[in-house]
Amino acid sequence: MSESSLAGGTQPTFSGTPWRERAEEALIPPVVALLVALICGDLLILSYGQSPAAVYRLLLEGTWGNAYGFGQVLYKATTLAFTGLAVSFGLRAGLFNIGGESQLAAGGFAAALTGLALPVGTPLVIALMLCMIAAGCAGGVVGAVPAYLKTRFGAHEVIVTIMLNFIVLALLNWFIAGHLHVPETLHTPEIHAGVLPRLSDISPTFHGSAANLALVVAVLVAGAVWFYLFRTRGGYDLRAVGLQPDAAEYGGISVGRVWMKALTLSGVIAGIGGINYVLGYKHYYEDGFASGAGFLGIAVALVGRNHPIGVLLAAFFFATLSQGGLAIHAFVPKQMMDVLQGVVIIAVATSVPEVRRVLRGARKRSDA
Amino acid sequence: MREAGGGRREEGGGKREAAGAEPVGIPGSSASRFPPPPSRLPPPAIRMTGIDKSFGAIRANRGASLEVLPGEIHALVGENGAGKSTLMRILGGLMKPDAGRVEINGRDVTGWSTNDAIAAGIGIVHQHFMLVPTLTVAENLVLGAEPKTSGVVLDYGRASEDVRKLSNETGLVIAPERLISDLSVGEAQRVEILKVLFRGAKILVLDEPTAVLSPPEVRELWTVLRRLRDNGATIVLITHRLDEVVELSDTITVMRAGQTVTRIKTSETTPAEIARAMVGREVSLSAGKRVEPITRAPAPRDQGLDVRNLYVTGSRGVRVVDDVSFSIQPGEILGIAGVEGNGQTELIEALAGLRPVSGGQIMIAGVDIARHSVAARHDAGLSHIPEDRHRRGLVLEYTVADNLILGNQKDFTKRGGLDRDHIMENAMREITTFDIRPPNPLLAARALSGGNQQKVVIAREMGRDFSVLLASQPTRGVDVGAIEFIHQQLLEARARAKAILLVSAELNEVLALSDRVAVMYRGKFAVVMPASQATEETLGEYMIGTKKGNAA
Repeated sequence: MSESSLAGGTQPTFSGTPWRERAEEALIPPVVALLVALICGDLLILSYGQSPAAVYRLLLEGTWGNAYGFGQVLYKATTLAFTGLAVSFGLRAGLFNIGGESQLAAGGFAAALTGLALPVGTPLVIALMLCMIAAGCAGGVVGAVPAYLKTRFGAHEVIVTIMLNFIVLALLNWFIAGHLHVPETLHTPEIHAGVLPRLSDISPTFHGSAANLALVVAVLVAGAVWFYLFRTRGGYDLRAVGLQPDAAEYGGISVGRVWMKALTLSGVIAGIGGINYVLGYKHYYEDGFASGAGFLGIAVALVGRNHPIGVLLAAFFFATLSQGGLAIHAFVPKQMMDVLQGVVIIAVATSVPEVRRVLRGARKRSDA
Repeated sequence: MREAGGGRREEGGGKREAAGAEPVGIPGSSASRFPPPPSRLPPPAIRMTGIDKSFGAIRANRGASLEVLPGEIHALVGENGAGKSTLMRILGGLMKPDAGRVEINGRDVTGWSTNDAIAAGIGIVHQHFMLVPTLTVAENLVLGAEPKTSGVVLDYGRASEDVRKLSNETGLVIAPERLISDLSVGEAQRVEILKVLFRGAKILVLDEPTAVLSPPEVRELWTVLRRLRDNGATIVLITHRLDEVVELSDTITVMRAGQTVTRIKTSETTPAEIARAMVGREVSLSAGKRVEPITRAPAPRDQGLDVRNLYVTGSRGVRVVDDVSFSIQPGEILGIAGVEGNGQTELIEALAGLRPVSGGQIMIAGVDIARHSVAARHDAGLSHIPEDRHRRGLVLEYTVADNLILGNQKDFTKRGGLDRDHIMENAMREITTFDIRPPNPLLAARALSGGNQQKVVIAREMGRDFSVLLASQPTRGVDVGAIEFIHQQLLEARARAKAILLVSAELNEVLALSDRVAVMYRGKFAVVMPASQATEETLGEYMIGTKKGNAA
């Protein structure tokens, strides 16, 4: 304060922008969480009489160490990136979207129906666009229901999105089991158009892995989310509502309208995620394909600190854990990875405010 | 009567002992934890000295003290935020003081728990009722210490009987079988008071008990409180309504800004003196030279702000703004004085569009904006400096530059995207014009001092094109230098023919800046007079309701 008034007078400057502080706040909780998880992992591995170093080496070799494993990590990360972005988008407006699971499934279902309806030989770009629009709309509708109920009747979005998961998943199950399935299975016939090329088609080193072009879509969506949140008026309004609804209202922002938009778009993002499995991997919709990816999106958003880049990194991390579980299964149960996942989530969820307080305290002391 | 009351309380004590033997009861050890009082003169029922309590940067209590004699009605007065409630929470064991000492009947009980406080006979009647609406009166009263037959089944008959007996003794008439949800507000409050008496309270603390009551209910409450006092209870009454204080209390403690200002016998003081102690602050107003009345051409009535018969309904269906009409011409400052809690906040929020209007018109430039959205009012030329900059005025995590466009977002948008260059340009200009320090547009608003945060709000609201300004507590919590600056800005806006409504808890600020002064009392304008004729003394009488005038 006194320094700047001595030096600069009233001339505005950009100096002293606390980039470092912001980076500290953003990075320290996930890093601490990771360390805690590693220590827990060590103890678990030791309890099985194995060497932590050997198991971790195996984990790395099975995931990042070979092209197939790496491709599988990328494939799993793609879906998690979509659901993580969806949750973080809602959280930026102060809303907890727990409905990623059903929004993802609805999106995948709509993508499969579109792929089935299109004639064979539809150009990929057109087919992909149409499938994505259908998937986004389906997810968006599932997201709009709790948004409407919240703004109109004040129903809490957490309850509604959780309950809606059961309703939507049951409806989809009924559609598949009752009408659309290939006999003896619980999936639709293969789609006619919109099959996404796999990474192995481009580079043979990824041979056998399910990673596909949906990964590129996920990165593009992350970019779009970032641009919307930080570079548009809509994003300005949305973040203001999430941080301080009273100030947003004072600033002429319609809080209800922002909630509506945020939860619906959150559903759209999760819905588009359905293309990874349907267009990129199996080429049909199968009942229960989401298998928890929607819920894991909550953890991805938390660990990624609701920032699109952080979410991409967190998705990659959780995908590594999931794929790594398979690699180390010979030595320790793969469920160990679920334990580590839980440890990371708990550590991040609890450490965020804690770390902030500690940092603030330390800074105060150094000022004094 | 006295005997009956005493017997009742003894019975309450017996119940506590019985409860202590059960796992859910109040720990029986609590009494023995504190040393017995030294046997001297009868000690004060409550003695709190040197109480400090901070919440982050906010110091709610700064060396506050309170001394209440046994068997008196003691009024604790002060404006909202003066630290009364914090002091009472410490007394009730809900909070621990950072420093200071609490004694009950001469026993040092500093830092005790709520259970200790209840066991020692402290009963707090909260402003917001803490009753279970789906249970009956009797069930609510025995909650947590239910009488049981053979230790298992709730003895409902006995509970009802106990409640009826206590009700008859105290004059707090209520049928034990009625459901809480069927009761009126006044009846629910009676149950709250009965509840603490039922637990054997000998020291009663009532937090703003009349805020939700109608006048006949208030009179009834006074009768009950006097009767309780005559039966030997000690009563602390928290309020900021001075008429109540003068009518009921034996002794008064005045708090201001977290400190105890004075402790006086009610019979030895006047309402005006109490009012001065409550609101009068020793702020040296450097802009305190009275404004010169400017001679302006008679402006048409539809310019400036014109409010007609405005009604606003509060949360409990009470009329918090009750038929208020006034107009402010361009180049005029209308100041609103009044003890806080008399509808000023609600009036400003209703004008700004943050609170629904239940009746009346708000005209700006001939257009009724009473049902317009916040954004539409903004476009109509309304600027608003809100009273709470941390909650409303700023998004604390946003940068100074981003905060400087709050409410004006659409002027900084190019094809849906934010125009960063324009935002920065605007920030540079406002930072220079309003001398915001440190002069860094990318700093989070949270990192600025209170005065500079307020400058950001003022720069935003006064740096735009506006015709009417609502300035609510514009200098609250800012340093003297910033106060002077803000006063200059308001006077400059007046010179530029803006219509300004100023609400301030600082009486001398209102007097120094305004052309006309209105006093708000219980939702109405008690009086509107030229500032040149107003003095602190005359306004003070209207503020506390001892004098009622006709609002122009």
